[in-house]
Amino acid sequence: MTAKPLLDIKNLTVEFATRRGTVQAVKSIDIGVGKGETVAIVGESGSGKSVTSYAVVRILDRAGRVAEGSIGFSGIDLVGASEAQMRDLRGREISMIFQNPRAALNPIRKVGKQIEDVLLQHVQATRATARAKAIEALEKVRIARPEERYDAYPFELSGGMCQRIVIALALACQPQLLIADEPTTGLDVTTQKAVMDLIVELTRERGMSTILITHDLGLAAAYSDKVVVMEKGRVVETAAAAEIFCNPQHPYTRRLMQATPRVGMALRDLLPEAAAKPPAVPRILAAAGNAAAPLLRVENLVKEYPRPATGSLLAKLIGKAEPENPAFRAVDGISFEVRRGETLGLVGESGCGKSTTSMMVNRLLDPTSGRIVFDGQDIGAIPAKQFALTPLRRRIQMVFQDPTDSLNPRFTAERAILDPILRMGSLKGRDALRARCEELATLVGLPIELIDRFPHQLSGGQKARVGIARAIALEPDLVILDEPTAALDVSVQAVVLNLLEELKQRLRMSYIFVSHDLNVVRLLCDRVIVMRTGEIVEQGTAEEVLGAPQAEYTRELLTAIPHPPL
Amino acid sequence: MLGLIVARLKTTLPSIIGVIVVTFLLTRVLPGDTAAYFAGPAATPQAIAEIRSKLGLDQPLPVQFVAYVGALVKGDLGTSLTTGQAVTKDLAARLPASAELTLFGLLISMAIALPLGVLAAVRQGSWIDHLCRIVATAGVSLPVFFTGLLLVYVFYFILGWAPAPLGRLDAFATEPPRISGFLLIDSVIARDPETFRAALSQILLPALTLAIFSLAPITRMTRASMLAVLGADFVRTARASGLSSRTVIGTYAFRNAMLPVVTTLGMVFSFLLGANVLVEKVFAWPGVGSYAVEALIASDYAPIQGFVLTMAILYVILNLAIDILYGVIDPRVRLEG
Repeated sequence: MTAKPLLDIKNLTVEFATRRGTVQAVKSIDIGVGKGETVAIVGESGSGKSVTSYAVVRILDRAGRVAEGSIGFSGIDLVGASEAQMRDLRGREISMIFQNPRAALNPIRKVGKQIEDVLLQHVQATRATARAKAIEALEKVRIARPEERYDAYPFELSGGMCQRIVIALALACQPQLLIADEPTTGLDVTTQKAVMDLIVELTRERGMSTILITHDLGLAAAYSDKVVVMEKGRVVETAAAAEIFCNPQHPYTRRLMQATPRVGMALRDLLPEAAAKPPAVPRILAAAGNAAAPLLRVENLVKEYPRPATGSLLAKLIGKAEPENPAFRAVDGISFEVRRGETLGLVGESGCGKSTTSMMVNRLLDPTSGRIVFDGQDIGAIPAKQFALTPLRRRIQMVFQDPTDSLNPRFTAERAILDPILRMGSLKGRDALRARCEELATLVGLPIELIDRFPHQLSGGQKARVGIARAIALEPDLVILDEPTAALDVSVQAVVLNLLEELKQRLRMSYIFVSHDLNVVRLLCDRVIVMRTGEIVEQGTAEEVLGAPQAEYTRELLTAIPHPPL
Repeated sequence: MLGLIVARLKTTLPSIIGVIVVTFLLTRVLPGDTAAYFAGPAATPQAIAEIRSKLGLDQPLPVQFVAYVGALVKGDLGTSLTTGQAVTKDLAARLPASAELTLFGLLISMAIALPLGVLAAVRQGSWIDHLCRIVATAGVSLPVFFTGLLLVYVFYFILGWAPAPLGRLDAFATEPPRISGFLLIDSVIARDPETFRAALSQILLPALTLAIFSLAPITRMTRASMLAVLGADFVRTARASGLSSRTVIGTYAFRNAMLPVVTTLGMVFSFLLGANVLVEKVFAWPGVGSYAVEALIASDYAPIQGFVLTMAILYVILNLAIDILYGVIDPRVRLEG
């Protein structure tokens, strides 16, 4: 490292005034970022990594303030700088890229205009040259047809494209320091790779320094020089990227490392050593159920959506949309089976049709054609609206992606867990229901004293448990898991994944596990289906597909995953 | 855009038809006998029956309805028994008075409420936020006839700044040639500053009364909507790129915050237009609200039906205008057209 770092955070403490008094979100941390260096700040939610970056740019919300410490940026004291001085620095010297790129852009302003705003603000362009400069900025982030995209609104662009726009916005004024706050969370792995490669290339080209804030150790390892690990507002370890993964010093770093799914690990390896591991349950081999008829058989499943009419305005006025416009096939004739006691992984990038497929199998959506045979009955023929009234409903249940959004905020955990029983079960009487709820809570490892709480009083992992308890309340045969751990921290994910595996064994359920995280799929699934643009690209056992992929696309997906050097 | 307007208008047809049927039935169901009312208290039953048959009220309801719709198609809303004029003529004379008052009141209200709401959101918890809360609460808790009377008492009776609250123009001013029906606009077109000043001084107090009342919903909505937008990710991006607070608040936050405000504006406007009877009464304003209430008391069917129908159509037009405005503000709406 050079003698004087470009960004020098010393003894920084950030406080937030809350109803319950002051809370220290960041506690006397030291971080230095040298010129041209990429520093990753890694930690789980609530570790204070984003707050640190907001303090640097001084965009903490009104309740937050720097209580102590200093932030030096090439000789300027950022804590003491005036607001006008800060405004000059933001965007021109220090830029930020955010999570959820589509929300990070003004929804009702053309993206080109938004880039112009920044250029004009920092006197990098005049009114006359702004348009050309904005298009140039778009070109630099490799946006095809930049002249056209200049006039696009964020909602017209894909997530990856929006992130490129945000990058263009951040780099438009050639800043010295780029802070990327979870820049690829929510993006597909291949998009993630493209975006990260782009960031690295552009920042190297300009000799810029980068702070990469992420919860993904693999990403940090692959793209940074130095890693700072934060836990509960403190820096617990700082080391070179190559070193920290081979030789983690702090127990928290080790725990974090262990919880990250990697190649060549078993599901139970994710759990911390200290925790009492449940006795290893031997995996029931899928072969055991092979002889019997499969639980679920999907044949030639198709889901079509009518395309919005693309005819001219005049044609629309007369009501004549082009009839030859073919419908959009979200799911294009796929067939697969789920055997009893088996976990089938459904893998693919956003828009590949995996969610549509799971919705159809779960009978929330009607297929256009094809058969869904569940335990000998063609459930695809039952309209989705009526399926809830059939006794089959209780045999197919679902765990949804976002544990918070999928719980009714006005239901207590108990009410949420009992909901399927109250609607479809035969259990009656307060005491019996309470007992069943406690049984279910114990089963999913939710402390019984928490079941009277409302969702906002529970942590992410606890909410995930409530969602799982709800899904298994009626002892279904098939549970569809739609990215059940995508919103969780790695350590919580590790516990939830183990819980799911254990429950499956104990209750003899089958799972369809929908995910984009191939490392997780590898751990949990017996067989895997890889989907792309509504079709199955490859299917087979998890070892076959992920170990020795046959299809080009599967290989592409696998290589796009950043791996910690282990 | 044209297609969108046509499509929208088509969807409003059923509600217009519904309004026609319901108002027709309601006016018939209401207690009170028009014929008896007009015959006077001393009339003989025979005279009442005579008037009734003259008005066609002795016919069965379906026959009356067909006759009413038949006239309606020809643009005839019937004749008011109280004024003796055609209802269309009465409404044409009175609607601009109401519209001018409401619009002017709403303009004053917006001029105060929008900046106040924005400032209250930007400086949340400051004195201006508290002021905003007080103004809104006070405005909505004082009944309009009370604020109206208070304003008249202070500015006319005590200070003598305002003219007597007697309609749209005082007796000495001459009405400008009628073009828009709005005295303020017509007098400008006629290049008549005297009349303009006279009309302005007359409209100021009643408009202010309306403005005070409508401040509350607009301020509160602006504040709430601004707060939501200021917390949005894209505002954080704008801040982090060093845009000036003027750009951040004006170009980025305010335009996004306008969407719910525009909806509220439309609702407040249509509500005020028909419901400011009390203000019209206090200021002797010759508007449609007081016209409709007088007709209702007299069981005068034709003006009531005409009034409700006009309001319904105005409401449809207003909503259409808001939808179009939405499309102008928000490109995402345009797509769904």
